[in-house]
Amino acid sequence: MPINISDKTIKREFIDKVAYLSGQDIYKCFQCGTCGGACPMSGEMDVMPRRIVRMTQLGLEEAIAQTKTCWTCASCHSCTVNCPRGIDLARVMEAIRLLTLRKNENMVEPSKLPGETVKEMPQIAMVSCFRKLTS
Amino acid sequence: MSQHDCDCATVQQVATGDRAILPKGAKTIPIYVMGKRYEVPETLTIMKAMEYAGFKFLRGAGCRGGICGACPTVYRKEGDYKLHFGLACQTVVEPNMYLAQIPFYPANRASYDIEAIEPVAESVHALYPELFRCVACNNCTKACPMGVQVLDYISAIKQGDIARAAHLSFDCIQCGLCASRCMGELPQYHIAQLVRRIYGKYIQPKAEHLRKRVQEIESGKYDAMLENLQKMDKAQLEKLYKEREREPDMAPLGTWMPKDTQYL
Amino acid sequence: MKVTYYPGCTLKTKAKNLEDAAVASMAALGVDFQELSRWNCCGAVHSLADDDLIHHVAPVRDLVRAMEQGSDKVVTLCSMCYNSLARANLIMRDDPVKRKTINDFMDEEKDYSGEVEVVHFLNFLRDEVGFDTIRAKVKYPLNGLKAAIYYGCTLARPRNVAIEPPGGTQLMTDFLEAIGATPIHFADAFTCCGSYQILANPENAVNVAAGILDCAAKAGAEALVLSCPLCEFNLAKKQGEMIQSGKISNNLPIFYFTQLLAAALGLGKEACRFDLNEKCSAEILKAKNLAVEAVAGIA
Ligand code: SF4
Ligand code: SF4
Ligand code: FES
Repeated sequence: MPINISDKTIKREFIDKVAYLSGQDIYKCFQCGTCGGACPMSGEMDVMPRRIVRMTQLGLEEAIAQTKTCWTCASCHSCTVNCPRGIDLARVMEAIRLLTLRKNENMVEPSKLPGETVKEMPQIAMVSCFRKLTS
Repeated sequence: MSQHDCDCATVQQVATGDRAILPKGAKTIPIYVMGKRYEVPETLTIMKAMEYAGFKFLRGAGCRGGICGACPTVYRKEGDYKLHFGLACQTVVEPNMYLAQIPFYPANRASYDIEAIEPVAESVHALYPELFRCVACNNCTKACPMGVQVLDYISAIKQGDIARAAHLSFDCIQCGLCASRCMGELPQYHIAQLVRRIYGKYIQPKAEHLRKRVQEIESGKYDAMLENLQKMDKAQLEKLYKEREREPDMAPLGTWMPKDTQYL
Repeated sequence: MKVTYYPGCTLKTKAKNLEDAAVASMAALGVDFQELSRWNCCGAVHSLADDDLIHHVAPVRDLVRAMEQGSDKVVTLCSMCYNSLARANLIMRDDPVKRKTINDFMDEEKDYSGEVEVVHFLNFLRDEVGFDTIRAKVKYPLNGLKAAIYYGCTLARPRNVAIEPPGGTQLMTDFLEAIGATPIHFADAFTCCGSYQILANPENAVNVAAGILDCAAKAGAEALVLSCPLCEFNLAKKQGEMIQSGKISNNLPIFYFTQLLAAALGLGKEACRFDLNEKCSAEILKAKNLAVEAVAGIA
């Protein structure tokens, strides 16, 4: 999918917010792709973590919002410990998630989960899922 | 007028309608109800003070005795960031309180059939999955006017301990202040009520004597006596009352028995 | 030194086998192992945004409780609890600005600045009990049980809370050897099990979990040992589904490491709680004539 880049698509504020929330210098990324190679969920992602970082560098807020990458991330920190440039990518994913969640939007609806599913799940599954994917 | 050392007005004794009867020479203090200043007599409860100021409670008042939970109030004191919470019918006004009544706060209430529910914590988890959104901020406990350890009962439910949660939440009067302050948007008091229902119905040991007594009542043991009482006129009732057998004051426990034991 | 034990919510209901086995083993080894008398959820996952301090409050409150009870160390069994308590502890110890904000917010509690040490049970076994002590007390060694070592994420990442230097599985290796089992090392020892995605995107989580099981089986494992109830759910409870959909071909028995400890110490059914595992767990022990008393009567 081609991505258009122009001064209209570059959202400076988005770049700043991600940098602020994550505490990471995303411009350190040199696009080696180690993160995606280490990521256990990358096989399930529509866009690789490497590309998400590139898109963040370019402030492509809307294009990132079209991807499911940060919602497929399991916060396992494999990318974090493997990044040769020392970027804590798990934090970048969290920052991107929060920019949506903080608009009072949920990616999982606790009230809509089937009762049987909640009954069988360990409590830590619900706690962690709601913390990462609800507002 | 020398007993006054401040310049606040002396209030006339009023005793009309719902208005408070004030002791002679009562002083007034300023309070702010929803931002507007009122001079109200000190020593009144928030509820009486608001009525004194002219508010009429169509909602947000019930028992006036601190037990129905209808009258939660949130207030701040002048110059202090801290929120305070109380029941309007129990909390006495203080000078420069800024207050508002929270007679209703929306809270999710699950529907269930208590007869069909499996008496385990997982049933509660399934009906209220938002339980797992608690962040342990403890705002609920801080808000509770009954001093209930709300966070601790929520924790007990997550930990699967129904009995502990039922005991910890026993003093809850369903005012909803906890839910109004919750970071995780939980309806704590509804969850606790479900837990107490499950505990009462399935887990708590049954009181044998109570079951027997209910059986006796249902089998009509007292019907004739009550019918008889209903037929009596006032004079007969008074006589019966005056002549009733009474336990002597301060009789040591278990030492007294009435002569007539047919209704025991 | 006073040590307290933080169980975590799941160990009180769905992972009783993880807890019961540990508590009974500590009693058998004569270690004073007292549960905190008051605790709340640990939060399960660490909040990763710089301005999101409210989500550190839950674990910090638990650490305050441990401090109130006069403990210097708080031991955890569940890997997720370990991770979230340990990381919150580092913030309270090392970040004065965040520490102050969190302490100010929790104005009803005592101020906390990382006084308590958070320790995972495996480290506790190595450092406080000693693998030699354990070896000496083993009654029924788990001879010949080829067990894959699985750490998952939260015991190993990030580096500042890893239970041993990055990439290593020495701790579990030594532990398994002490109880007579044969450790199996495989490539996915640190691969995430899918974690909370089992609730949001179950298909994705099951796919990665199946990959881990397959990798362990190919490395010659007859069983897999772990310490996290969420890993256990994804890797054990979902096996039926995986076999049905052809993602794996055979069951792989999953054990909590504490269960194997209890079994090796010769503790009985009530301690080992193999009845709470998937069927194949008791079956492999029976087939290998191990933990005979602990698996007797489990259908
Ligand atoms: S627990 Fe909640 S509803 Fe119950 S009395 Fe306390 S604040 Fe009110
Ligand atoms: S207010 Fe809500 S989130 Fe905070 S401790 Fe109470 S139940 Fe948990
Ligand atoms: S009116 Fe019932 S508690 Fe105040």
